[in-house]
Amino acid sequence: MSAPEAVDAPAVLVGFARALRAAGVDAGPDRVQALIGALDVLRPGVRSDVYWSGRLTLCGSRDDLERYDRVFAAYFGGAGAGSRAVRAAPATRLRVALRDAGPAPRTGGEGERDGVPAAVLAGSAEVLRHRDFAGLTEAERGQLRRLLAAFALRGEPRRTARLRPARRGTVDPRRTVREMLRWGGEPAPPLHRARAERPRRVVLLVDVSGSMAAYADALLRFAHAAAHGGRVRTEVFTISTRLTRVTRELAHRDPDTALAAVSAAVPDWRGGTRLGELLRDFLDRWGQRGMARGAVVVVLSDGWERGDPEPLAAQMRRLHRLAHRVIWANPRKARPGYAPVAAGMAAALPSVDAFVEGHSLAALERLAAVVRGADDA
Amino acid sequence: MRPIAREEQEDGGGVEGRGGAGPAWPTGPDDVRVRLEQGGYLADDGLAVACFLALRLRRPIFCEGDAGVGKTALASALATALDAPLIRLQCHEGIDASQALYDWDFPRQLLHLRAAEAAGLTDADRLEDELYGRRFLIARPLLRALETRSCVLLVDEIDRADDEFEAFLLELLSEYTVTIPELGTLRAQSPPVVVLTSNRTREVHDALKRRCLYHWFDHPGFARELAIVRRRVPSASARLAEQVTALVQALRAQELVKPPGVAETIDWAEAMAALGATEADAELAVATLGSVLKYREDLERARGLDLTALLAVRGA
Repeated sequence: MSAPEAVDAPAVLVGFARALRAAGVDAGPDRVQALIGALDVLRPGVRSDVYWSGRLTLCGSRDDLERYDRVFAAYFGGAGAGSRAVRAAPATRLRVALRDAGPAPRTGGEGERDGVPAAVLAGSAEVLRHRDFAGLTEAERGQLRRLLAAFALRGEPRRTARLRPARRGTVDPRRTVREMLRWGGEPAPPLHRARAERPRRVVLLVDVSGSMAAYADALLRFAHAAAHGGRVRTEVFTISTRLTRVTRELAHRDPDTALAAVSAAVPDWRGGTRLGELLRDFLDRWGQRGMARGAVVVVLSDGWERGDPEPLAAQMRRLHRLAHRVIWANPRKARPGYAPVAAGMAAALPSVDAFVEGHSLAALERLAAVVRGADDA
Repeated sequence: MRPIAREEQEDGGGVEGRGGAGPAWPTGPDDVRVRLEQGGYLADDGLAVACFLALRLRRPIFCEGDAGVGKTALASALATALDAPLIRLQCHEGIDASQALYDWDFPRQLLHLRAAEAAGLTDADRLEDELYGRRFLIARPLLRALETRSCVLLVDEIDRADDEFEAFLLELLSEYTVTIPELGTLRAQSPPVVVLTSNRTREVHDALKRRCLYHWFDHPGFARELAIVRRRVPSASARLAEQVTALVQALRAQELVKPPGVAETIDWAEAMAALGATEADAELAVATLGSVLKYREDLERARGLDLTALLAVRGA
């Protein structure tokens, strides 16, 4: 249609797409091609046409839009290029979290582990099962990672509206008739159907704030394994100072790649926690719309709430009304003398169906069982 | 359960195609906007561009946004604007090809078999061909959309369907063909205009989104929302429409569990107009608050606001 303005328009657009990708928008070649196709029928010299066709073709989610606006302003000039560095800062955090989380509790107590040789450890998965993540050595962590990778998290089964062929159940007239037709209308034994069962959706809210630093890596690996287990996709969010949906990042098969992607996506690694506000954010943006509805929602957090606990209590009540079951896994619960006195935890408990530990492999196994509905209380 | 064969024959000739420079082809985004407006749908710039590109590039529009912002309404507005039939597929958990695409009408097939037997028909091959002929095929929305020339296909709430269904839809939307083993491959003569909507209860797969134009629906600004209310609720006075719109915009600024959408604004204006009001006051607003806010917490919060003051601001 209308010819591109003077310069090489595709080159400009490809450069623009590259800038977008650098900002975290998944603007692949086919999307760029769509953009070029779109501008072909619009006016490539007109700013609003370029803006809209780019936004329509290159973006894929609401989260992309803010990045798109920022990059568009920076690339094509215009207002508001101030907030550029928002995403540049976080990158390497995960490893750091791991390393400096190690030594701290080790000096604290649990003397039985002094001088345990690596060879003994390698054979003692059973011992490792019950050990607190916070007090593990580097070698033990390696082993833990391998063990965590084998996890599967499946929601409690629920009956669906769909009818599936089954051995017993009500007669399925359609399949029976089809079978009879196949034999030319001769009588055939009746075929049956029954309600299909599906596991419920599982939503994990993983606290990665400062107070959870010692557990975040293990819990995210747990989440990664869980997200790859069942037929229904497990949704995973991290909570710290912000709510970040990391389901997509965890989709990588390889746990290390997945965790690197998560650490790149989470802008507030090890920040403070504002549980109430973030839970509200989750419910407003996702939960209310249906993600939490009928699902098994697991909060993996120590329940440290900086501010007023009342909003957390209110949001937990809301979550409890939406979800099928709310499970709270608290790594600190296993500590001797633990009582849920932290303001946040105390406020949340009335709306929690199951309150479990989350500090060791054995605890996570138990959590998985509770999620499956096998084992309550 | 009705057979579709009859309809197919009717469609064959009558309906005008969107092939050439027929009346159904908008010339630019502005043209789209004007046409949508004639049908009572006020689109902003981005949406007009999206619709235009959808028509020209034959790409589905993927609509995301809060409930009640006009995603579903867009499809019917487009159908009106293009003077095309609207075919709607409501997605739900467990939806599969036999509910979305086609199914065989077994009872009729059986009846046919019986009738043939009774008539002493013995030509087995012919009988079988007949059994799996077009007359026993029940076309579900997707197949109907492929068979109907120049239609608008609304795939509503795709996020409620399962992953498998998405993959199936992706295949269908990229080729606009469908293979029925007994009948062969059917190809759409003119691909339908497709509108997909999602409420974001889960993330829809990237592969599907990539096929589409992505449009995010924001809540409209005051002027546009007022225009929408004026248009959709002719029974409301100018003053009432303005007050209701201002109130809803103020409510959206509050921290609500469910901020009201445009649909609720329209409902509210209708409710007040139905009560015979030409002007809103705090009392009336509180009495009819149930048409805008659907959560007890929200109602309480709204009742705590100084509605008289909010009404006065705009009135001055």
